Amino acid sequence: MQEKNSSLNKNKYNLKNIIDSSAFSSFLSALMAIVLGLIFGFLVMLVAAPANALEGFKYVVFGGFRRIGDVFYFATPILMTGLSVGFAFKMGLFNIGASGQYTMGMFFALYVGFMWDMPGSIHWIVACLAGFVGGMIWGVIPGLFKALLNVNEVITSIMFNYIGMYLVDMLIQGNSIMYVPEKTRTRYLPADVQIPSLGIPNSNVNVGIILAIIVGIILYIVLQKTTFGYELKATGYNRFASEYAGMKGKRNIIITMAIAGGLSGLGGAFAILAPSSIAGSSMTYEPINIIAANGFNGMAVALLGNSHPIGTIFSAIFISHIQRGGTLASLVGYKPEIIDVVIAVIIYFSAFSMIMNSALLGFIKKRFSKEQKDIDDYKDNEIKEAE
Amino acid sequence: MVKVVDMGDYIIEMLNITKRFPGIIANDNITLKLKRGEIHALLGENGAGKSTLMSVLFGLYQPDSGEIRKNGEVVKINNPNDANALGIGMVHQHFKLVEIFTVLENIILGVEPNKMGFLQKNEARKKVMELSEKYGLKVDPDAYIEDITVGMQQRVEILKMLYRENEILIFDEPTAVLTPQEIRELLQIMKGFAKEGKSILFITHKLNEIMEVADRCTVLRKGKCIGTVNVKDTTKEELSRMMVGRDISFSVNKKESKPGDVVLSVRNLNVVSKTHGKNVVKDVSFDVRAGEIVCIAGIDGNGQTEIVNAITGLEKPSSGKIILNGHDITRASIRERSIKGMSHIPEDRHKHGLVLDYKLEENLVLQRYWQPEFQNKGFIKFDSVRKYAEKLIDEYDIRSGQGPVTIVRSMSGGNQQKAIIAREIDKEHELLVAVQPTRGLDIGAIEYIHKQLVARRDAGKAVLLVSLELDEVMDISDRILVIYEGEIVGELDPKTTTVEELGLYMSGAKRDVVKEINDAGEK
Repeated sequence: MQEKNSSLNKNKYNLKNIIDSSAFSSFLSALMAIVLGLIFGFLVMLVAAPANALEGFKYVVFGGFRRIGDVFYFATPILMTGLSVGFAFKMGLFNIGASGQYTMGMFFALYVGFMWDMPGSIHWIVACLAGFVGGMIWGVIPGLFKALLNVNEVITSIMFNYIGMYLVDMLIQGNSIMYVPEKTRTRYLPADVQIPSLGIPNSNVNVGIILAIIVGIILYIVLQKTTFGYELKATGYNRFASEYAGMKGKRNIIITMAIAGGLSGLGGAFAILAPSSIAGSSMTYEPINIIAANGFNGMAVALLGNSHPIGTIFSAIFISHIQRGGTLASLVGYKPEIIDVVIAVIIYFSAFSMIMNSALLGFIKKRFSKEQKDIDDYKDNEIKEAE
Repeated sequence: MVKVVDMGDYIIEMLNITKRFPGIIANDNITLKLKRGEIHALLGENGAGKSTLMSVLFGLYQPDSGEIRKNGEVVKINNPNDANALGIGMVHQHFKLVEIFTVLENIILGVEPNKMGFLQKNEARKKVMELSEKYGLKVDPDAYIEDITVGMQQRVEILKMLYRENEILIFDEPTAVLTPQEIRELLQIMKGFAKEGKSILFITHKLNEIMEVADRCTVLRKGKCIGTVNVKDTTKEELSRMMVGRDISFSVNKKESKPGDVVLSVRNLNVVSKTHGKNVVKDVSFDVRAGEIVCIAGIDGNGQTEIVNAITGLEKPSSGKIILNGHDITRASIRERSIKGMSHIPEDRHKHGLVLDYKLEENLVLQRYWQPEFQNKGFIKFDSVRKYAEKLIDEYDIRSGQGPVTIVRSMSGGNQQKAIIAREIDKEHELLVAVQPTRGLDIGAIEYIHKQLVARRDAGKAVLLVSLELDEVMDISDRILVIYEGEIVGELDPKTTTVEELGLYMSGAKRDVVKEINDAGEK
């Protein structure tokens, strides 16, 4: 019996391995979501204005390639918030507070940029770090509530979105060095606080995207290779087992939320410290009581990337790409909102990823392996589950 | 059209039933014929397809091929209501009762007698009481389900079938939750039903019960029908061979135990339940010595879980002392207990014992990943992990699809349990706490686990076993502590006691004044 199993096993080893690997299946489901989302988006465009649908759709899908610099520029903040949401989710925490952490990050970065006198070469780096710290503070508070008082992090982090936003608006409006009341925005930042540009013409793309990708890779290493990542994922998969194994769940919740908050805060810093392609100007913050959309976009990015740091890098770039393409679709008369519909549909479908996964994998398996027999152990288990 | 003549004999025939689930065949061309007025046992290991077959009969699944006949006529059973209309009733392994309803309300649920929408409870009560008296199924119709014993809950389930005038009764592992006395009562009741002409399908993997009540027995193995035999023409050994496919030794061979020093001592332990705030463990004191297996026996829900949780650190005791190897660990963290020499095979392997979405190798180092052997400055040494996993897989014969990289969720229950046992046994330990280590496993795996526990004892480790299976308690323990409603009511020697006596203690009918243990445990 054993021998038969192992030979059976060997024959199917390669294919089975590839199909069963979780990276492959999550990639596949993301791809499915994207394709279905695009098809649906095309249908919407067809209904809205049939004559221009094909032309417009071409802009949506390929338009981004014409503005590659902008694609990366707009990907930077949503990549950071996406990493933030995904990282917390690996531990089973829903960090809905990415927006608040992002806003706090912007404020801390601005504060250092305006109020601290520093040598030009490191000023922007310190401002970025300040953004990280700002987000971290805003992330760790819901973490503390969750760990010590068992208050649901979803509720606290949503509340902290509002608290953070109003607090920052208030602090900026009350600071005459940073704020220009007649223009209802902050002053232009000095050039040495702005992140070095990558020098692509007509684009604000800057070193931030490279740093964000590096952060993504570091997170990947932390999750895959370290004991901290091992504990974090174990807790996310099965809180009870991690407790049984003597892991310090409370400490890990606090650390995870601090890191997640810091990542969002860094995203805020990257956004506000980005260089402007118009000389003598800069990004500005407008205290107009609106919650930062990039925080919520981060959730979409993380979802499409299956919370995997590397997947999140690609999904952030993809969503940014399609958003750029969407703005171009207005050239043939489409409202930019159309593209929001398409993106929403893609996210919607990626939420089904588990179902689509099993359906698609089942189909592929049937096509490639005529043998119905599987390993006995696997079989027994399935029967048990069926029962 | 040729009509088969001798069909009158059989009330239900399931012919050539095949049921596939993605990738596997749960029932492969199974034929089961139930005679009127017989008790027909359905025997098989976990995963043999018994429950699937019964679910097909009860309308929960549709077979992919094959047909079901009642009294010789083909019937289609699309859902449990159809089954009910055909007179088929089922007592599920996990009772399907509404906890916050009374016994009476549960019995009439779904077939409430009413006049213009108004409930006619008195009519129902009369009928229920008649049935209850006629079959000796004692119940209190106004008690709430959450307040009554498991045994009474089962009687409620049986009354539900009788109230619906079912003539084909399916019992799915009905004795798993009962004491020996209750089991005897149930078997008598089943015999009574058969005498009255009702037909019974009795799903079980306990051979003694089959030998006692069943007329015929159909054996399933890995989704296939191995055969149907007349019980009076067969033996336990033959049945077990049919079920497992090889010979099984029923008793555990073990040497005399040589208890050494006290390893674990528990003094005046009290635990307050998290769910209802009452004291569920009351002043419990006992010792476990090196080289002996001490078993806490009792009916489920009498405080065993809480005692173990207090010892292993999953729950905080409200008072009392727990001493391991001379160290007071009453307030120690779980990690500290583990370092001081405690290994724990948890009650619920899916909830506590494993991270199901982790690979096998990752699960095998769950208690040790932080040790210098497996990590360096916070980075896990995957080479060492892989090597260690391969060693354990080899030594403990853990079978899986892809070796160390198999996702544990895809492994069979028996191999999942083997993985936990390998991990806990291989780890440095003085005390092994094993809670229902054989629950839900097949005979082969049970045999293996019993051997491992005895081997630990012979290696001079202390073993604390919590079990609900009386055979297991009698077979492998050296000392039995019986727990009833959170108190230790008796200390028995398995060599001199009987299952019946054990049952009396477990049901609270008998109790000793357990002698005060002096405080020798603390060094």
